[in-house]
Amino acid sequence: MKRRKFITWLSVGWLAFAGATGGFFTMIIRFLFPNVLFEPPQSFKVGFPSDFQLNQVDERFKQSQAVWLVRTAEGMYALSTVCTHLGCTPNWLITDNKFKCPCHGSGFRKSGINFEGPAPRPLERYRIVLAEDGQVLVDKSVKFQYEKGQWDSPEAFLTT
Amino acid sequence: MLDGIKAFLDILSKPQISFTLIIFIFPFVIPPTMWFEKWHRKLGLHLLWTRKGGLYMFAFITIILLLGFFDENFGKILGKPDNVPIIILIYSVFFFLWLSMSSAYKNDERMARGEKVEEDYGPDEKVLVWPDLVYIEMIALILMTVFLLVWSIGLPAPLEEAANPSLSPNPAKAPWYFLGLQEMLVYFDPWLAGVIFPTLIIVGLMALPYVDDNPKASGYYSFANRRASIFIFLFGFLTLWVFLIVVGTFFRGPNWNFFGPFEEWSVAKVVPLTNVNLSEYVWVKMLRIGLPSHPLVREVVGIVIVVLYFGLPPVILARGKLRGLVERLGATRYALVIFLALSMMALPIKMYLRWTINLKYIIAIPESFFNI
Repeated sequence: MKRRKFITWLSVGWLAFAGATGGFFTMIIRFLFPNVLFEPPQSFKVGFPSDFQLNQVDERFKQSQAVWLVRTAEGMYALSTVCTHLGCTPNWLITDNKFKCPCHGSGFRKSGINFEGPAPRPLERYRIVLAEDGQVLVDKSVKFQYEKGQWDSPEAFLTT
Repeated sequence: MLDGIKAFLDILSKPQISFTLIIFIFPFVIPPTMWFEKWHRKLGLHLLWTRKGGLYMFAFITIILLLGFFDENFGKILGKPDNVPIIILIYSVFFFLWLSMSSAYKNDERMARGEKVEEDYGPDEKVLVWPDLVYIEMIALILMTVFLLVWSIGLPAPLEEAANPSLSPNPAKAPWYFLGLQEMLVYFDPWLAGVIFPTLIIVGLMALPYVDDNPKASGYYSFANRRASIFIFLFGFLTLWVFLIVVGTFFRGPNWNFFGPFEEWSVAKVVPLTNVNLSEYVWVKMLRIGLPSHPLVREVVGIVIVVLYFGLPPVILARGKLRGLVERLGATRYALVIFLALSMMALPIKMYLRWTINLKYIIAIPESFFNI
């Protein structure tokens, strides 16, 4: 075999190898993303504002949507149920009037502000608006973080 | 009487008290300097490492565990299949500590009398790997397999229902070997306690052979020749790792509150723990002018403290007490040793700051996920 021919075949071999490996890893990475996601829609209606008791933390959507809804005299807000420390789900302790995380003891006030334990920042709030039919619409695709000053946004708090 | 003892142990187990006691007692048990060594002998603590002392300690641990086992509340914790490893851990850590310390003390006495150490075999006493060592290893392997089989059949793994992301168990405990880490996570940001500290622990342990240039006590047990190194290592291992695992298992209950071991794990226990950042202490409580808006200005005091903590002691010690160490190790290795030591001590310091003045973070920049 001539030297030139050998090098040609070697290049072809390496290119084929690179192509095969590349295709293989592309398929593996593609496999990591599911074809269908069986998740509830990110934005959903939770009922009319009057369905919620004043100054109570509503836990009806904790299980299905991971959201707490709180109605105060001024309006309503939707809190994420994910602890900002390491992502456990805190419990609402009605007697202590606080959210308390069972993993490392972080505590949050009803507003979502962190005040005890290691959590570095307040719970996140979701977009909350009134739909056309007068129901409250929560949109989890938009988050509002207190430490970035986003809670002042009109969509972070639904004035009723 | 029994209830009195239990109530007393409950009070003792408060981390503020138990951790302080352990830190104060530790240098007398494992004396790092000659001054502690003198008191160690005077108080008779060296008798711990005799056969009799070991048996007394064994009996002491067993009595406490038995007391717990027949207690309504402590018994529930001790009886959990999850916690069997912790009981094995308590016994085995103590046994191996006793074994190595008593061997070291025997050797130290022999060397003081001018004799050879126990491990010093003459040229005629050669022991072959095959079959002498391999047989022992095989028997140990078979016994361990039998033990694990009996254990896994006798105490089935506590399987629970399918995981539910919206419901964390209360308390949510890590596997037993990670409970020390989980305890660190209470005091530090996740990226520090979960990433940086474990890396430092592993890298630091790997660096030991390169920073330890003491040829003495290599290949045989000895304490007198390397008391300071043994003290530092055991302090990190026993009080900052094993003790924190015990704390996480026995003293942490619902809502991650502290409970005495004999106390009932009540979900309703209220512990007021309003944490305050250092910046708030400085700007709001002391200067009374409110937090500055720029994070770097706001956290300037904390940044200065952290820089001084890692910068000042190495320089001061290099000119004072540790001058000999700098000469022996050279600047780079000395800097590495002192950095690792300071990082290790940062954990108890932060724990005490949290327990005493409810300090949350020394530097708190949640805007960019940087909290110390």
